[in-house]
Amino acid sequence: MSSVCIVLAGISLIALSGFPAAFFPSRSNTGQRCTVVLFSAGSLIGIAGTVMSLLQDSPPALTLRWSIPWGQFSVSVDALSAFFLLLIFTVPMLGAIYGLGYWKQSEHRDSGQRLGIFFGLLTAAMAMIVISRDSVLFLIVWETMALSAFFAASVEDDKIEVRKAMWIYLVCTHIGTLILYIMFVLWHGATGSFALFPTVIVTAHTASAIFLVSLFGFGFKAGLMPFHVWLPGAHANAPCHVSAVMSGVILKMGVYGILRTVSLFSVCEPWWGTALIIAGSITALLGIAFAMGQSDLKRVLAYSSIENVGIITTGIGIALLGKAYHIPVLTLLGLGGALFHVWNHGLFKSLMFLNAGAIIHATDTRDIENLGGLAKKMPLTAFLFILGAMAISALPPLNGFAGEWLIYMGIFNTLSVSSVSNLPLAALSAVVLAMVGALAVAVFVRLYSVIFSGERRTEAGSHAHEGSLAMKIPVIITALICVTLGVEPALVAPILDRAVRACAPSLAFAGTIGDTVPQLWVIWMNAALVALIAIGGLWYFFSLRKKTSPGAHPTWDCAYARPKAKMQYTGASFGQSVITLFSFALFPSAEKVKITAPFPAKVSFRLSVPDTVLDRIILPFFSKAHKILPKVYILQQGQTYLYVLYVAVITAVLFLLSMSGVVQ
Amino acid sequence: MIHILVHLLLLLLFPPLLIGVINKTKALFAGRVGIPFFQLYRDILKLMKKGMVISGTTTWVFRAGPVVSLAVAILAGLLVPLGTIPAFVSFTGDFLLFAYLFALGRFFTTTAALDTGSSFEGMGSSREVTFAVLTEPAMFFAFLVLARLSGSLSLSGMLALGEHSLFAVGNVAPLVLIIVGLFIVLLAENSRLPVDDPATHLELTMIHEAMVLDHSGPLLALIEYGSALKLFVLSSMVLNLILPVHPWPFWLGGLIWALGLILIAVIIGTIESIMARIRIPRVPALLIAAILLCGSAFIMLVR
Repeated sequence: MSSVCIVLAGISLIALSGFPAAFFPSRSNTGQRCTVVLFSAGSLIGIAGTVMSLLQDSPPALTLRWSIPWGQFSVSVDALSAFFLLLIFTVPMLGAIYGLGYWKQSEHRDSGQRLGIFFGLLTAAMAMIVISRDSVLFLIVWETMALSAFFAASVEDDKIEVRKAMWIYLVCTHIGTLILYIMFVLWHGATGSFALFPTVIVTAHTASAIFLVSLFGFGFKAGLMPFHVWLPGAHANAPCHVSAVMSGVILKMGVYGILRTVSLFSVCEPWWGTALIIAGSITALLGIAFAMGQSDLKRVLAYSSIENVGIITTGIGIALLGKAYHIPVLTLLGLGGALFHVWNHGLFKSLMFLNAGAIIHATDTRDIENLGGLAKKMPLTAFLFILGAMAISALPPLNGFAGEWLIYMGIFNTLSVSSVSNLPLAALSAVVLAMVGALAVAVFVRLYSVIFSGERRTEAGSHAHEGSLAMKIPVIITALICVTLGVEPALVAPILDRAVRACAPSLAFAGTIGDTVPQLWVIWMNAALVALIAIGGLWYFFSLRKKTSPGAHPTWDCAYARPKAKMQYTGASFGQSVITLFSFALFPSAEKVKITAPFPAKVSFRLSVPDTVLDRIILPFFSKAHKILPKVYILQQGQTYLYVLYVAVITAVLFLLSMSGVVQ
Repeated sequence: MIHILVHLLLLLLFPPLLIGVINKTKALFAGRVGIPFFQLYRDILKLMKKGMVISGTTTWVFRAGPVVSLAVAILAGLLVPLGTIPAFVSFTGDFLLFAYLFALGRFFTTTAALDTGSSFEGMGSSREVTFAVLTEPAMFFAFLVLARLSGSLSLSGMLALGEHSLFAVGNVAPLVLIIVGLFIVLLAENSRLPVDDPATHLELTMIHEAMVLDHSGPLLALIEYGSALKLFVLSSMVLNLILPVHPWPFWLGGLIWALGLILIAVIIGTIESIMARIRIPRVPALLIAAILLCGSAFIMLVR
């Protein structure tokens, strides 16, 4: 049996995994367990098929006829598809297992079965997206993904903010799909077929047009600024394991779309890369700056996803410059780094969202300003959270650093190119990435500390406890993968190489990623770092601990008599100075405190950072439109004869126009 | 082998002296005798023997902070060449590790400070991470300039300017610009005047001192030692640019290197004596100036 059939079998199993649960009573958890078993089995079969396809020399393909008038059922698993498939089969499976503890059927009787069905459909649709090689099939599964994500993420639709956020999501995803229709029509016009296979017949002009359209269409899904408006709300209001999949995997479908589109052309214009580098840098910088101003735990993570998509896009931009100017090393490093970061972000962002789920499960709040001191009650979650925070801030020795290292190397390699005079300007994105890195440290120090450090600020979290085993195991597995990929990044080098070559078949690569990476030293330095910290830990454990003066001591409070937990530094106060630095784009709104008397009574201060594009441009625009447009209602009287009149008038006008030769 | 040993000895034993030199310089300017040159060595040894008071609010993160910040300073020190003494290790892209190691240190120092729940320490951490947002781009601009000039992508290669005849006419201006820019970064990263005042404990002025308020005994010793190391490492990076040519034999080179570092310490001490600290809201302007200096250097090169 061919490996592509095994992959398809796994996908079908995942797609159908949610349906058996509908036959079980909604008060028992048996149906959900059955779903998770089917889902995991499907994922493991899918992983097996993907690995088999990677072992083959040529990518396995399958083409079937169908009764739809356009296109055909055409799938293929090349190295690029396989790379994304491994992520798609891993993260949602861990999320489904997590759901056993987090979204128990017996506790969510009216939404559990629905979530199971659409979670399976969503994952299967994503897997189909990366293997489909036909425009029509692509659009069908793309829409399936968008809609199942909508139904899976909106399970708490009794809440108004969930309905609002998901409505915005639905509008945005359909604008994106609409743009994709245009793209595939252009593709059909250029090649005469709906099949998505690399071709040389497309001219540079047409290719540029298709690339630009795809950038808009897929940019909506990936969350490139300013198309990110749906993202923070949708990610914040979904159940945490769905957020993990949305953030970790669905966004990557946008990235995949852009990659697949550019891999179809043998031509590549220099401005493609420049456009992606600029878009990516702005997205990364503003994404993480917005994250600093959020007090909703999941919104912080959502904005950080925007940042990471920006970093990935920058890497792809470097790769496209390499393709345009025929400098393979740029493509190798830029694309290798971008793809590695796709995996890394998928892993550490789901680690963070699953940790967030544990926190929300234990405290019933998403507002970090209500939390504090959780590390004592949830030590495991605190530890895993800090690991995730380090990975996401690209700190060594974790996987985030390894991925960004490759992208940085790509950027710095543009400096040594003397033949193309404007290329070193791409190096400016290294400076932006450095700033983004420092901001990410600030954001995640804030997030960890406000939630886990200090003392409890409110009653939320007074009964906090670790989640059940089903909630712990997926998080621990994800954390272990993050650490492994960080300490020994050479493990992924071969598969990265294959994926890069599949993505840029026209370039003649001299070496592999493994050649450019100083493999030995990476391990040594990581080992030295871990060893030094371990020595410190052992020293503390065996010697210093005994020197600690016994008894409970409070934190030094500058001789203040009655310190309270409410006096701790809050997330808003911690973030204020960074937000002020970026106020040119963030427009923070602060309630100013006016002190009028020598002994001021109760004053309050609040700092919030609404989304500039959504809350200051789009929503005001539509509410304005809502005020003006009712005047057009006069055309819509509800009388049939009027509508018939409109039809008659328009027909007459068209007739006259075509008679006079204005319209052919 | 002897090179490695000397590098390690200098890295591990020399840094506290730099703090001593800075303090002596400040004392001279103030007309005092000042504390002895070797006071910090004694302080560290004494603190090591002392007991610790640890707040009941804290967790393991509070204890991990000093350990990690010392570990990253040592590792970063291994990557920097000291004049004629080559770096302990050098590989392609090690400058990224260098920069991100300090980010790792910052992550743990600030988290450890916030772990106490104290507002003073929160204030210090907030300022520390904010200023880092501006120092990192300046540093990366400098890396870009050095990579472009030297054609190398390792820290040793970038800093081995003497071998590239870089003091050619076109290169002097960018080099001078990044030396000034990096010096500002050095002052900010090591919490010296005019960004931070290491002598005060007033909450309105403090950044680094505020973050370590609750650390005591051996943990405080680690912090003091770690920040001296950080000063040594960053000064060495700048000194590589100021003293790029090394025609001397190995031992003489080492000696000249030590003298150069002492000179930098004297300069820092002088700055601290003749300048006032900038108001905290004005600090970003200084750091942006550093970015612009390093950025102009880069623009000159790729124009």
